Amino acid sequence: MTSYKLNQLAKTIRSKNAGVNKITFDIIFRDQETYQAVKKSGALSRQTVCDLYNISDERISDFVEYDPGLAIKFTIYRQRPSGSAGDGDIFGAQQYAPLLELPVDL
Amino acid sequence: MKSMKIICPNGHLGFAPLRTESFHIGVQAAPDFIAADSGSDDVGPVPLGSDTSTSPQAWQMHDLEEMLLASRRLGVPMIIGSAGDTGSNSRVDMYVRIIQELAEKHNLPKFKLGYFYSEVDKETVRMKIRNGDSVTGLDGFDDLTEAELDATDRIVAVAGVHPYIKLLEQGADVIIGGRSSDAAVFAAPAIFKGFPEDKAYYLGKVLECASFCAEPYGGKETVMGEISHDDVQVTAMHPEQRCTIASVAGHAMYERSNPFEEFFAGGRLDMTDCHYEQLTEKTTRITGSRFHPAQQIRVKLEGSGKVGERFIGFCGVRDPYTIANIDRVIGWAREKVQERFGDEGYQLHYSVYGRDGVMGALEPLRHQTGHEVGVLVQGVAPTREMAEELTLIGLRQMFYARLPDVKGTAGSVSFPLDEVVEASAAYRWTLNHTMPVDDVLELFPTNMITAGV
Repeated sequence: MTSYKLNQLAKTIRSKNAGVNKITFDIIFRDQETYQAVKKSGALSRQTVCDLYNISDERISDFVEYDPGLAIKFTIYRQRPSGSAGDGDIFGAQQYAPLLELPVDL
Repeated sequence: MKSMKIICPNGHLGFAPLRTESFHIGVQAAPDFIAADSGSDDVGPVPLGSDTSTSPQAWQMHDLEEMLLASRRLGVPMIIGSAGDTGSNSRVDMYVRIIQELAEKHNLPKFKLGYFYSEVDKETVRMKIRNGDSVTGLDGFDDLTEAELDATDRIVAVAGVHPYIKLLEQGADVIIGGRSSDAAVFAAPAIFKGFPEDKAYYLGKVLECASFCAEPYGGKETVMGEISHDDVQVTAMHPEQRCTIASVAGHAMYERSNPFEEFFAGGRLDMTDCHYEQLTEKTTRITGSRFHPAQQIRVKLEGSGKVGERFIGFCGVRDPYTIANIDRVIGWAREKVQERFGDEGYQLHYSVYGRDGVMGALEPLRHQTGHEVGVLVQGVAPTREMAEELTLIGLRQMFYARLPDVKGTAGSVSFPLDEVVEASAAYRWTLNHTMPVDDVLELFPTNMITAGV
């Protein structure tokens, strides 16, 4: 078994608004083999998302393994809709960084 | 018609200018339509609430000029949705005026300019609520109450294909649309030309963000979609970009929580059984998409309401002891604001960059503060005078915060500017709802005029 960081395995790790009250995260892999291996490892799950972002499971609206796109994808509710005064990321585009270092054992 | 081609040069016209090289290649490929959406709710509630654009007019005009000249030269229709970021009535009027001015500037022969509005009167929505129709909240919003409606300054309804098809049937050469689903500006001409909805909506879905369905990553480049009765094919126009199975399938999940389906006024696109096939280096073919028409048409509404006037200020901290106690510094300044203005009737926000300014409560590394931090102070209040004073107290009192063990007793923070500045007024999303309608066109009145000389 080898330990990796998620950013060594994924081609794309990004976050972006999905409507005005949710932020969606896409972790996209280069090939079928890596995608399946990460999927099977269970390293990225609803639970790891809760732990990483310190949120409860109800904040996660969707957690999807999207085979056609070789991607694991999850979506969380915002605390307040985008662009409310005090929101630091109106586009939701910089919320993915903690995923980069997520340990994955393959 | 066996097949039909549409090019899209920009996923959000005006937000940044289209790239002309790939657009001109796309124009040479002899498309049947040239289309782009110009709006997004990504830009937050301020533009809709204050009835402004977030995009500068020079960039909007740049893209409209490129598209209009190409469309008139080829003799094919040009379609723009969600005019001016929000698709409000004033934005539609502005784009119509720009098209008229461009037509005169370039001496374009007369053509038919169709447009439609999307704004919804608050009383129309109030009648729906009072008649017992549910104005249903999306994505965690509660169903709409009259109180929340009263707090709203402006509402737009999100159009599907219907007003576009109506204007195409009337012979429009150029269409300027109010707020619309991105995909509608591409699906409408395909449906108008007799192609199946199953394929037409997918065509719209894949083209809506222009080159975001291509790789390598590069925004604002033109892509071309070709629809037939059997498939959709999408091709990157930029010499260095390709539409691959991965980039096209990947686009279905972009900005959406569910990559398998998408809702429109009138039905749902189902991508569960989509099949992707690499035809050539730059072209991917898609089959298997399905469109399920809705039993009852529900139209999405977007609404924004003003919260107050807003000022901002900024300061920095370098003393490690002060950084470690930054919440006490902020607490001190908050107290001074409370002494002056009480506990309610305003908002005061502190964002600590170098700690959690970007991610707020989601930040796992909140304890790993940088060796310096920057603090953005935002004050929101009913009047400009109050917003200015409260923000200034909230900023300047950080300078005087008393920490017991601090060595530097001359000032707790650094000021790049010893002032606060007026920002856009603060708004919030009040409507993110759907509303049932009997006749979908009732919300989108259309008009047709002549432009050109």
